[in-house]
Order: sequence, then C-alpha cells, then structure tokens
Amino acid sequence: MTGRLEIIREKCVGCGACLRSCPVDALSIVEKKAVVSDACNLCGMCIKSCPVDAIVLHHVTGGGAGLEGYSGIMVAVELRDGRPDRSTLELLGEARRLSGGARRVTALLICAEPGDIPSELTRYGADRVLAAVHPGLEHYLTEPFTAVLAAAIRADKPEIVLAAATTQGRDLMPRVAKTLETGLTADCTELRIDPDTNQLMQTRPAFGGNIMATIVCDRTRPQMSTVRPGVMKRLEPDDSRRVLVERLPVDDGMVAGRSTLLEFIPSVGNEIDLTESEVIVSGGRGMKGPENYGMLHELAELLGGSVGASRAAVDSGWIPYPRQVGQTGKTVQPRKYIAVGISGAVQHRVGMQSSDEIFAVNRDPDAPVFTFANHGFVGDLFEVIPALINEIKRRRG
Amino acid sequence: MKFVVAVKQVPDTAEVRIDHEKGTLIRDGVPSILNPFDTYALEEALRWRDSLGGTVTVITMGPPQAEAVLTEAISMGADEGILLTDRAFAGSDTRATSQAIAEAVRKVGAVDVVFCGKQAIDGDTAQTGPGVAASLDWPQVTFVGRVREMTEEHVICERYVENGVQVLDTRLPAVLTILKDANTPRVPSLRGKMKARTFKPVLWSAADLGLSPEETGLSGSPTRVVTTATPEARHGGEIHRGTPEELAVIMADLLLGKEARS
Amino acid sequence: MDYMLSDDLKAIRDICGEIAEKHIRPVRAALDEENRFPREIMDILARSDLFSIYIPEAYGGTGMGSLALCVATEELSRACGGVAVSYAANALGAMPILLFGSEDQKSKYLPPLAAGEKLCAFALTEPEAGSDAAGIKTRAVRDGDHYILNGTKQWITNGGEAQIYTVIAMSDPTRGARGASAFIVEEGTPGFSYGKKEDKMGIRASATRELVFEDCRVPAENLIAREGMGFMVAMKTLDNSRPGVAAQAVGIAQGALDEALAYASQRRQFGQRIDSFQGVQFMLADMATSIEAARALTYAVARMMDAGSPRFEKESAMAKVFASDVAMQVTTDAVQILGGYGYMKEYPVEKMMRDAKITQIYEGTNQIQRLVIAAALIRETAAGMR
Repeated sequence: MTGRLEIIREKCVGCGACLRSCPVDALSIVEKKAVVSDACNLCGMCIKSCPVDAIVLHHVTGGGAGLEGYSGIMVAVELRDGRPDRSTLELLGEARRLSGGARRVTALLICAEPGDIPSELTRYGADRVLAAVHPGLEHYLTEPFTAVLAAAIRADKPEIVLAAATTQGRDLMPRVAKTLETGLTADCTELRIDPDTNQLMQTRPAFGGNIMATIVCDRTRPQMSTVRPGVMKRLEPDDSRRVLVERLPVDDGMVAGRSTLLEFIPSVGNEIDLTESEVIVSGGRGMKGPENYGMLHELAELLGGSVGASRAAVDSGWIPYPRQVGQTGKTVQPRKYIAVGISGAVQHRVGMQSSDEIFAVNRDPDAPVFTFANHGFVGDLFEVIPALINEIKRRRG
Repeated sequence: MKFVVAVKQVPDTAEVRIDHEKGTLIRDGVPSILNPFDTYALEEALRWRDSLGGTVTVITMGPPQAEAVLTEAISMGADEGILLTDRAFAGSDTRATSQAIAEAVRKVGAVDVVFCGKQAIDGDTAQTGPGVAASLDWPQVTFVGRVREMTEEHVICERYVENGVQVLDTRLPAVLTILKDANTPRVPSLRGKMKARTFKPVLWSAADLGLSPEETGLSGSPTRVVTTATPEARHGGEIHRGTPEELAVIMADLLLGKEARS
Repeated sequence: MDYMLSDDLKAIRDICGEIAEKHIRPVRAALDEENRFPREIMDILARSDLFSIYIPEAYGGTGMGSLALCVATEELSRACGGVAVSYAANALGAMPILLFGSEDQKSKYLPPLAAGEKLCAFALTEPEAGSDAAGIKTRAVRDGDHYILNGTKQWITNGGEAQIYTVIAMSDPTRGARGASAFIVEEGTPGFSYGKKEDKMGIRASATRELVFEDCRVPAENLIAREGMGFMVAMKTLDNSRPGVAAQAVGIAQGALDEALAYASQRRQFGQRIDSFQGVQFMLADMATSIEAARALTYAVARMMDAGSPRFEKESAMAKVFASDVAMQVTTDAVQILGGYGYMKEYPVEKMMRDAKITQIYEGTNQIQRLVIAAALIRETAAGMR
C-alpha cells in the first residue's frame, strides 16, 4: 500500500457528499459513516466534497531524483520552417514571468544550424541559449531529441522544464520525463510558483475541460510541463538584451535512432492559422449546413479576420478540422471573437475564453454562451448576420 | 505477429456534470466507457493481425470493474485480455502507469507492436504511450494518422503534425499512438460477443509484474493533483434584443469602433 | 414488451442497433436519393457475423434460427428498410439450399454466404408470373450433364449484387406447377446476364433487377432436389421467409413511431408540446399498440418455426399480412403527426412510408396471403382439426 485515504470517523456526519464525488464508486455509507473500499484510486476528489473536512489522504513518499541543486527554467525551443515557433516565444515570455527575475531562463535550441535564432530567442526573453548543434538534428525525431534534452537537463539541472504542447512537445517531453523518472504535467494553461513552497503549480483542463486540475511535482526534479499554445503571452521583443550562447556537446551516438524520416508532406497551402487571427467569426450547430458558411466568410473578410467553428460543425463535416476552436481544436485569443449559432459548451469555451472581446449571436436566450460573452445578441443568425454585413458595407460606402 | 493494445476505462465526459460550488465532478449515473481514442488503436491492431496473422492482447490497468473494457475489446475481436489490478496501483500518475504497462508488455513477451490511443478523454495527457516506449526503450511514433506498411522488421507510419505529415520508417518492436483519422473502428461481431460472455481476464498484480511498492501507485508517481476547480467564469455582458437591423447597428458600432458611422 | 430474448438474440439486436446508429442512419437518405446499393454496409454486417445467423454451424454459420433473423431484420429496418431487405434477401436466396440442397451443394455454397463473402438472391417472379407463380415461362432443358436455361426473371432483390442465385424454371411445361425445378446459378455462368435496373418508390437502397438467361448452361449438379420439385421449393422457401418480411414491417413501423415520438415531444403549437394534445396522444397509443401486436405475432411464428413445427404457412402468412398492414398505417400516421415536415424529405418518415408499402406487396401480396390463410382454415375445418 502506497497511500491511504482516511475517514476521520469522529468528524464524519454521514452526509454522503463524498459518494457523489467519487469517480470509482469506492465510498459507501455504513452505519452513518463513510467507508472506503479497495476500489479507491486515491484521486482525492472526495476531500474537497466533504463539508466537515473528515477525509485525509496520506502519502507514503518513495524515492525519485532529489530536489537539491536544481535551479533555473529551461524552455525547449521548437522550430517550424527553421524559425522559433510562436509557441516557443510564448513560453519564453511565461518563463520570464515565472522567474520574476530570480531564476535564469535558458532556451535549449536543438538544431542543425543555429544562425541568428539565439538572438531572436534572447529578444523574446531568454537569458541564455544552450545550443545543441549537429547535422543529425535537422528534423524533429523522437530519439535524438530525447537524448539531447535529457543530456541538457542532466548537465544543467533546471528546476523547471517547459515545452509547447504541440505534437513535438507531447512526443518528446513524456519520453524524457520517463527517462529521467520525474513528473510531467501535460497541456497546462496556467503556471505559477507557490511563494511558500517554491513548487510549480501547474493548472490544466481535464475531463473535457470541465475541471481545472492543479498539479505539483513535489518529490522529484525537474518539474516538467507542456503548455498549450496560444494561452501564454509573448513579450515585446527587447533588442537591448545581451545574447549569451553556450554549446551543449552532441556526439553521433546521441543522434542515432530507430526511426528515419522518409519524407515530409507539408499541408496544402490554403490552410489558415486561426491562432494568428485578430478577429475570428465562428459558426456552430446553428449554421445548419455547410452552405451557410458563405456569409461568415464574407463577414470575416469585412473585418479582416478568419472563420472558425465549433466541434459540432466540424463533426458534421461542414467545415474542416483546422478551423475547430475548443478543447479538441485550437486555442485562440483574438481581439474579437464572434460566436454565431454556438451554444457555448465548455468544450468550446476553453478554446476561446481568453479572447479580448466575445460577441455571441444565438436564437436561444438561455444559451450558455451568453453567460460569458461580453456582447450578447438574441436573434436569428440567418437574419442578423446578413443585416450586419449590410450595415458594415453601408457605413463603408 | 504479437500485438498489444493498451486501453483505459474512463467516465463518459459527455455525461459529466459539474458542481460549480465545490469545483468537483458529479459522477452520479455517469457511465464508464472504453476510452473512445483507444478504439482506433484496437481497430488498427485488429486490422494488422487480420492481414499479417498473430494475436491481439489488450491490457488495461484499473479496479476490478475495468474488466468491462477488456470484455468490450474481446467482443470486437481481441484474442486475450489482461487486467492489471492491485490496491498498490491506486494513485498512479502517467509515470507509474506507463511503467506498469511496460512491465506487463515484457511479461507477455515477444511483442512486436504496442498500440495506444492518442490520449484518454478524462486526463487528456497523451503521455502514457511515450512513457511505455521509454520504459521499454523502444522507439515510438505518436499521432499516427495512418499506418502505411508493416512487416516483422519495421513499420511505416504517417505522423500528423501541425504543418504536415511526417512519413517515418521505424524498426520494430515499437509503440504507436493512433489518431482517429487512421480507421473506423468495427462494430462488435456476434462471435466476439459470444466469446466475451465467457471471457475472464488474466489478472496481474504489482508483485506479478515485479514492481516494488516504491515504483507503483502514489509512491511511484512524481505528480499529484492538489486542487480541482471549475474553469474560471467569465461574466456575461449586456444582452441585446431587437430586430435584426437594430442588432446589426449595435454590433457594427462595437465591432468597427472608431470607423465612421455614415 | 419483454420477449425474454436469449443473450445471443440480445447480442444480435445490440450489434444491429450499433450498426444502424453508426453506419446506416447517417447515409440512409443519400442511399435512398441515389438509388445506391449499400455494399459497404453489407461488408460491415458480414464482419459482425450477421450473415452467419441463419446458416447451421456445420456450414460455417452460427445456426441461430428464424427468430434471430427476425430480430436482426427488424432492428436494421428500424433504420432503413432498403438496407434491411438487402440483408434479409440473402436468407431468402439461401433458403432453397438450406431446405432442399444436397450435402455437396450445402458444403459448397453455404460457407461463403455465412461469411458474407458472397451474397445470394432468390429468383421466382417473371413479367407474366407474379402472384401466379405456377405461370412462369423460364425454361430449363436437360442437355447431357447440363441444363439450358432460357427466360427472364423480373424484380429480383439483390439482382446484379449477388453472386449466387436460386432460380425457379420450368423443366416440363406440360405438367404446370409440377413441372418446375429449382437451380443454383452462379454469377458469370455463360448465358447469364443482368437486365433492367428498377427505379422504385421505396426501399431504394436495395437492388432490384432483371436476370436474363440466354442458353445459359447450368451444371446438372446445381439442380436443387429433383426435377418437378421447383414449385414446392419455392412455396416452402416463401413460407420460411415471410416472418422476415413481417419483421421488416415491424422495424419500419417502429422507426416511424420513434420519429413521431421524438418530434411530438419537441414541436410546440399553441404554446405547448404537441404530445400534450389528446388527438396526437391517441394516435401514438394506437401506433404503439399495433406495432406490439405485430411484433408479438411475428416472434410467436418465428419461435414456432424454431421449435420445429412442421406446418406454419397459415401463421407465417398471418404475420406478414398483419405486420405489413400495421407498417403502412403507422408510417402514414407518423407522416401525419409530423405534418408538413413529415411530407418533406428533410425528415425520414416520408421515406419510411414509401418503404412500408412494398411489405404489403412482395413475397406474396397481402391478398394472396389472405387466400392462403382462408384456404388453410377451410382445409383444417374439413379435416376436423378445428
């Protein structure tokens, strides 16, 4: 037994609140007191549900890498088409914010040819660039990048390692975390350092975005997180920062692996990057069919924006997946987000709630979207949107 | 060939409701289901078994009632099911889970490919597949949208990334995590359902896997959840009603801001 | 009503329900619109072992019997009558082999049918011989170790899609009904081709096509039973398959009731849900009651057959007549409940109404069925059985 849930019988009033919170039905009421069965997975959901604080989770602590000697924040840089990806710049901004000036922010650059990338990383917040350079590191491949990142962590001993929750970060980081036998929290949307404990508090959505869980890695180092792109803010570039580059030695053995890249097929050119849009006009189930997206495209064009969609619309095949906003699609934070015929289920909300201003058009006055939109419009979208298009055209002559 | 599929029993998140005051899930009456993403992994394994020959063994970790997802896999055509169940596994995070599954794969022996779903719908971490690969020291291919070709020696996968598709040739044994683009999962067969009715999983405990108490459950898990909360509410602003034309005027004012109103 | 179905039958129902939900409902309107045979759905049914249920275990089947076939047909029909008949017509086509085939014929033809690798069709109707099955003109003339077939079969369900056909032809026209014989004809046999493809009112996903025989040489070993047994083979085949038509009718009716209930609980008029109006409630109650009666009769006949009853032509005719009349009434009422929406192709009930109509016509019109029932009653009375 490696942990234990204790019900403090003196405190328990037998109200049964914990039964409803338990995801594995491990709790029951026997003789007016809660009892826990072997099905308990120690998730701790019940602790919060208890109105009288009668539930305690006891940890039995084990081994793991020690906490001593780790300092600073390392950001694993992701390159796209040879440039740092927007998500990396966001991570540098977040790392600086976390450091509060007290921790050194290191950008780990894994590449074949660094060029002027270190100076760009510095402008966006890196105190220092650790460059692992080898011809075998031209493209992302799991095993070479794992070997390099693990070596960098062993050499540098950062307290915190961050990477973007992209297909690269979510491939690389779990492998490195398991290799180093430390903890990793996936797809975080909020990070902070607890001033009392110095622990990294990693917050992420779970259960389809219904719950925000805050996770710590308190017995091993480094603390590793992948961070959802589009959530953190990048800094204004600062040209006055001094570029400091160090090399991480890479030998041929590190870049050997059992996968080879046969080819890379780029996505067709007409794809859009919603995350770069300042204005997004999104359509949901209320659009009724693909033929009605024409007016959203027209409106988006008038406003200099792009067209997005809810999962319902994408699942119905009305609009392709790259335009999906939400938990299982893109996270966006445009200046203006216009939700048209979207009910505003949590799955969609988590992808767009950081937008500066949210507009919602919906026929149903009880639609959840109105509980968080800045500007709600109750009406038939098939009348309101054409009227809006006319109005904008009229004003512009 | 010998294929393993790692699956998970999850609450149907579409049915989950929230207690906003306490920031917890209301689990009353929420059904437990086979993680939908895992069905694509299972289908992929079944297809390659059907074309290359061999067996498909499904492994899950969980309480005794997690047997239900193995039974479902059997009804779809899996050959065997193993349930990793032990009080000691309670509280496992993705590290401890990955290690237990990896040990089970070792114990099964001579496995060629481990298939995993892209992620589970409850945790959404997508970490177990790479964790299993790291524990076994096997190569991994994640986000596989299509498995093009497979022989006893290697597999050619299309890995879907943000800006395109990587075509990777990977030596076996390997761990693959499968996207929904890869296939359409089959409906259970009658013979599968008949077999599933009498199916009893192989049960392995932590000790069966040679895992020490330090490596399993809460002790073997570097991360732990400290709090849960519902997403921070953004408060709704003014709600406008009126004719479409009236609404259009208000919207245009807000959207165009300083642009001249003619 | 709880029919206390066995675990196997529940499994069949669940599998068909899942296939209906995932693979049939999303495409049924398109199949109907495009008059397109659901080949991919047949493959899915095959992979789920559904073609095995009416074939004995000795020939690669699961030997689940008539009730199993009814349960499967009903559940598929609930989603689409056209898809369901494309499935059920295989059992009809295989029935002559199952009932009268030789050991060699069974071993050769049944296993690929059980696996769903090949589809099957039954060919009796001709341009000049519908209800009067004894009036068929297709000739079969013995020529050494072959029979030469000449003639045209009309409105053959699964025509052009099946690989194995059971064909009734006249081997001795001088003997009338006693001069007919049954043959197994494989796709690709020289002299066998497909003719006109029909454009139907309903069940448009199913293939309905002419079969053309021009000096078609069929090996003599493909004769089913003996020369002159053809009419008997055909009648027994239809006796066995009629509960399947009844099940199809029950399923179509149930599908229409499902739609009507869902609509009536959503649609609001005069400020309230229309299912709060007594006029609508009475209609729903009558629809549900007649469906349950039809289902009970259909299952009872299927159980009678599975239990080994030697004679059930009257009962199977009763089930077919009753259930198909119920289907026509219930689907018409469902269109009525949906009102103007029910008449539009955006909603599935108008298709169900079109699909239901054929159940009153094929495998013996309901008028012929009533003659069969009456004849049996009179015969039983004369024999002192009543």
